[in-house]
Amino acid sequence: MSAQNESARSYWRENLRIIMTYMVIWFAASYGCGILFVDELDQIQFFGFPLGFWFAQQGAIYVFIGLIWAYVFSMNRLDEKYDVHE
Amino acid sequence: MSQFAINLIFVGASFALYFGIAIWARAGSTKEFYVAGGGVHPVANGMATAADWMSAASFISMAGLLSAGYVNSSFLMGWTGGYVLLAMLLAPYLRKFGKFTVPDFIGDRFYSRGARLVAVICLIVASVTYVIGQMAGAGVAFARFLEVSNTAGIWIAAGVVFFYAVFGGMKGITYTQVAQYVVLIVAYTIPAVFISLQLTGNPLPMFGMFGDYTAEGAANAVPLLEKLDLVVRDLGFRDYTADVDNKLNMLLFTLSLMIGTAGLPHVIIRFFTVPKVADARWSAGWALIFIALLYLTAPAVGSMARLNLIKTVYPAGVEQDALLYADRPEWVKTWEETGLVKYEDKNADGRIQMYNDKAGSAEADAFAATAEARGWNGNELVVNNDILVLANPEIAQLPGWVIGLIAAGGIAAALSTAAGLLLAISSAISHDLIKTMINPNISEKGELTAARISMGVAILVATYLGLNPPGFAAQTVALAFGIAGASIFPALMMGIFSKRVNNKGAVAGMVAGLTATLVYIFTFLGWFFIPGTATLANTPDNWILGISPLSFGAIGAMINFAVAFAVSYMTDEPPVEIQELVESVRYPKGAGAAVDH
Repeated sequence: MSAQNESARSYWRENLRIIMTYMVIWFAASYGCGILFVDELDQIQFFGFPLGFWFAQQGAIYVFIGLIWAYVFSMNRLDEKYDVHE
Repeated sequence: MSQFAINLIFVGASFALYFGIAIWARAGSTKEFYVAGGGVHPVANGMATAADWMSAASFISMAGLLSAGYVNSSFLMGWTGGYVLLAMLLAPYLRKFGKFTVPDFIGDRFYSRGARLVAVICLIVASVTYVIGQMAGAGVAFARFLEVSNTAGIWIAAGVVFFYAVFGGMKGITYTQVAQYVVLIVAYTIPAVFISLQLTGNPLPMFGMFGDYTAEGAANAVPLLEKLDLVVRDLGFRDYTADVDNKLNMLLFTLSLMIGTAGLPHVIIRFFTVPKVADARWSAGWALIFIALLYLTAPAVGSMARLNLIKTVYPAGVEQDALLYADRPEWVKTWEETGLVKYEDKNADGRIQMYNDKAGSAEADAFAATAEARGWNGNELVVNNDILVLANPEIAQLPGWVIGLIAAGGIAAALSTAAGLLLAISSAISHDLIKTMINPNISEKGELTAARISMGVAILVATYLGLNPPGFAAQTVALAFGIAGASIFPALMMGIFSKRVNNKGAVAGMVAGLTATLVYIFTFLGWFFIPGTATLANTPDNWILGISPLSFGAIGAMINFAVAFAVSYMTDEPPVEIQELVESVRYPKGAGAAVDH
């Protein structure tokens, strides 16, 4: 019983760590690149367009898609590891 | 063939498809009615979620909003970033919980009828305010494309939704939403591809927007955004790509949209329809891809339409004379009839001067002298944002079938969102109010009948409100997102991630977050939105720290979290069985089928 509990707790801790990591990227891509540092990034001309503006209108969305899919794969692996998959 | 006949064929064919699906997907049990039997494939659920989410506003109005430039990027980031929160913080755990509605979770987790009731009220108010816009949007689309009155359009829309939502419940709604997604995405992208080809030579609008503007020959090619910055600057507008003045407000607004998105019940219940916890995560991944197809295209449509419009008004360039009113193109005449395009010859020179004359903005004030020197006497052309998408095919001179497609797409966007909202409302009434709180002994058959009657009544109420929109219709989006973000999202999140938050904390938190948000919104937009009752004028000078009422949902959520934790730690721990419930939603194994109870 206690071994099972230990394993459950450790599954949850790993899940939380994955979520935290991805939330940092989520925040950096949208609020960081798209809003807070948009001026600085706009100074960088990336293929002839301002990078900050691109993040706000396109880049953040690509990052969001990548994050959800990365989360799906990370969690599927974690579910296998702890044998809690269905 | 006349344009009317083409439109009729496209809209008629899409309706025939929805009716066919409705007959095939009839709901036989409450489980089918509430969660489509729990057997929806994640890809199908992703498409249905995308259609559920993308409303008449996304389809019709968003490109227009974005055409204002960088400032409205919040809508893009907010309405997509919310799915990251849904996928990681809510959807899988709520699927594991395995019941039918959002108040189900809040009521059980916080072992409190009060919490369930607060959740039901929040859900109904948020969803009803949201559905008004959908009915009105369907009315506009019908009126413009099928030459019926607005009233008749709303009744037709209500009749179609009635047919598949009352009989099919979530099962009928899910599979019609899949079809509606296909219709709306095809309708949205085809004109965008053509316009992108015309302006940039790139068939993919999301890349064309960041490529070169080549419509004036390859020799004169400049980056499209640079061109746009240049022409709007020459007309006294802020640069298209220029930063905003108040970053705090933009940040909070984006955050409010994200947590509002994650907390809207009609989106959350879509994740109850898949077989497994892992499928809930997959669904979120697919949903965001399907949503992104439209949201990545929208900024391109907005920027290209703005450039096209300026080119139309200043055919020889912005430093030359404007277009003669007598020479205006056909589409301007069509839309003048609807009142969505207005022209007034203020300096009586017979030309259409369009520029920024809004006193108070730095750019307009700096431009006033130039305008005077050119003999201009104020902006003469007012174009409603909503027509950018609807008139796009005409502006780009695309064939009639593209216009028919846009008509079917706009109606699909409105109907799919309306149906999802109506299901959230009717299941909260029949399941949470009738079955759980009023008459727990009701039979399965009785509950199914109650669900159908609730759906019918909800459609009638929505139709009535669509026909007689309250004066505050435009404000209601702020209200829906504010309520979902400040009350529902924090309650769900704490219910999953904290074992310590108890019944008293949750109720106090929801009430505090909601009250603070409503008070702030009402202070600036009028008490209960009654015109003339606003305590303070709705101007940035009056806003606390420059935070607009539309951005306050994020602050409301923070208040909710703070109050809930403070009250919980001052009162008793939740009982052991509740702590075990929290444990059980955290691990995917044994999610099984949605529990009949």
